[in-house]
Amino acid sequence: MADMANKISDETIEYVGILAKLELSEEEKEAAKADMEKMLDYIDTLNELDTAGVEPMSHVFPVSNVFREDVVTNGDNREETLANAPLRKEDSFEVPRTIG
Amino acid sequence: MAKQYETVIGLEVHIELATKTKIFCGCSTEFGGAPNSHTCPVCTGMPGSLPVLNKQVVEYAMAIGLATNCKITQVCKFDRKNYFYPDNPQNYQISQLYLPIARDGYVEIETGNGKKKVRIHEMHMEEDAGKLIHDEWDDTSLVDYNRSGVPLVEIVSEPDMRTADEVIAYLEKLRMIVQYLGASDCKLQEGSMRADVNLSVREVGSETFGTRTEMKNLNSFKAIAHAIEGERQRQIELLEEGKEVIQETRRWDDNKEHSYAMRSKEDAQDYRYFPEPDLVPIVISDEWIARVKAAQPELRSEKLERYKKEFDIPEYDAEIITESKKTADLFEAAAAACGKPKKVANWIMVEVFRLMKETGTEPEDLTFSPENLAKLIDLVDAGTINGTVAKKVFEKIFTDNVDPEKYVEEQGLKTVSDEGALKEVVEQVIAANPKAVEDYKGGKEKALGALMGQTMRAMKGKADPGVVNQMLRDMLK
Repeated sequence: MADMANKISDETIEYVGILAKLELSEEEKEAAKADMEKMLDYIDTLNELDTAGVEPMSHVFPVSNVFREDVVTNGDNREETLANAPLRKEDSFEVPRTIG
Repeated sequence: MAKQYETVIGLEVHIELATKTKIFCGCSTEFGGAPNSHTCPVCTGMPGSLPVLNKQVVEYAMAIGLATNCKITQVCKFDRKNYFYPDNPQNYQISQLYLPIARDGYVEIETGNGKKKVRIHEMHMEEDAGKLIHDEWDDTSLVDYNRSGVPLVEIVSEPDMRTADEVIAYLEKLRMIVQYLGASDCKLQEGSMRADVNLSVREVGSETFGTRTEMKNLNSFKAIAHAIEGERQRQIELLEEGKEVIQETRRWDDNKEHSYAMRSKEDAQDYRYFPEPDLVPIVISDEWIARVKAAQPELRSEKLERYKKEFDIPEYDAEIITESKKTADLFEAAAAACGKPKKVANWIMVEVFRLMKETGTEPEDLTFSPENLAKLIDLVDAGTINGTVAKKVFEKIFTDNVDPEKYVEEQGLKTVSDEGALKEVVEQVIAANPKAVEDYKGGKEKALGALMGQTMRAMKGKADPGVVNQMLRDMLK
């Protein structure tokens, strides 16, 4: 698969930008398109492998069942939580109004 | 002839689990703390923080899945659901899409035409979001992340319901099962049980489904019934006018009895789910399933069987009392305290249900202690107070959980059965009612009732009616 098989359209890159809440300049869009095309080509390479009979992997580490017991370990942490708030009102984060 | 329409309804029910801590961190789930006082780097999505799954969440979810006849997914895992909104500090919700904890179950409901199965498509575990408060005056919203990371299960039904009554029967059944398991208190008003209604209409006999809408913001059974009727009408009117139903999410406003479009398919969310890399898979062995099954508390059908054997109460009463775990618990505790199950059942069936109806109280919100009801029954049996006074005292137990022994003492409500103390009053009543006295002496037995009533009233209900009756008869001989 030497030549680039996948093409990302202007609409797709626009849509992905909206989903990611990114405002992209024209140059950035072109660069992102090229990157995404390369990624999809790589996926195509992986798809050439025959995986019939192989269990789908659900995690990269062969570890399962990591749990904690249902015991309260954290106290009132509001000062640390609010320390990075761009805007704070009393004990709440203040954000632009979200509903009409 | 006008077309006949059928309503097709499926539900997504969110239930908040009764754990002490959040799903992925050791923050408390307690309700009502100061804003952001139950938060940490995990539940506020700080970079580098790592979630660790609360084992109790898995066990509650398994218990609910088993009790609703689901198959447990023995290798299950979490996925990220991506969206941007200020209630969600991580910009993704940890949920389950590909391998949810339980699938393919059902619950059985009672309908006007007999029993019906409502199938459950799947049930998954996920985390709740924070709470937004919209400021009326400022152009801002305030965010409290205390709810962020509180464990939920979402139970997705198949579109098997056809009427609002069936929907409510299904919700009541789910609530009963979950409450019996102790997995949640399922309070609709406080949001620990929430239902989204997916509804479409189609012509009777049609095999295909119509376009559906999803309604949110339904926090009482009444609102759900209203919203279903309103949305059914709206969709039928559109179709009758030759218009199309648009697939969209609508928000029901119960005050205005109207729903509003929230977002339509054009700007439908693209959640870009992908496997959650910070959490490892959950492998559920047969032994673990057996353990959860064995630890399951007594469910309603088992309770009914036991009541039949253990207590001499009518089957009808047993069925009503066990409809809610709360009333069943009250019954058992009060019966144990006074040893009179039949009398306890009567009090619950008559006075408790009457006061609940009058005050609009749900079983989960009952606050009186069963010991006080037991004491009250003992007071009546000992003849310390009579039935009329007992009802009044019970009203105080129901609202303020007063200790009936103390209350009767303080308020001077003890039955007066001492003839000496009653004599003066009875004499006064006889003197003041010559007509009734004459009638009685003339053979009208009924007239005695009037004199009884007068005496009881003069004694403010506290006299022993048997003693008064005998005194009147003796004195009018």
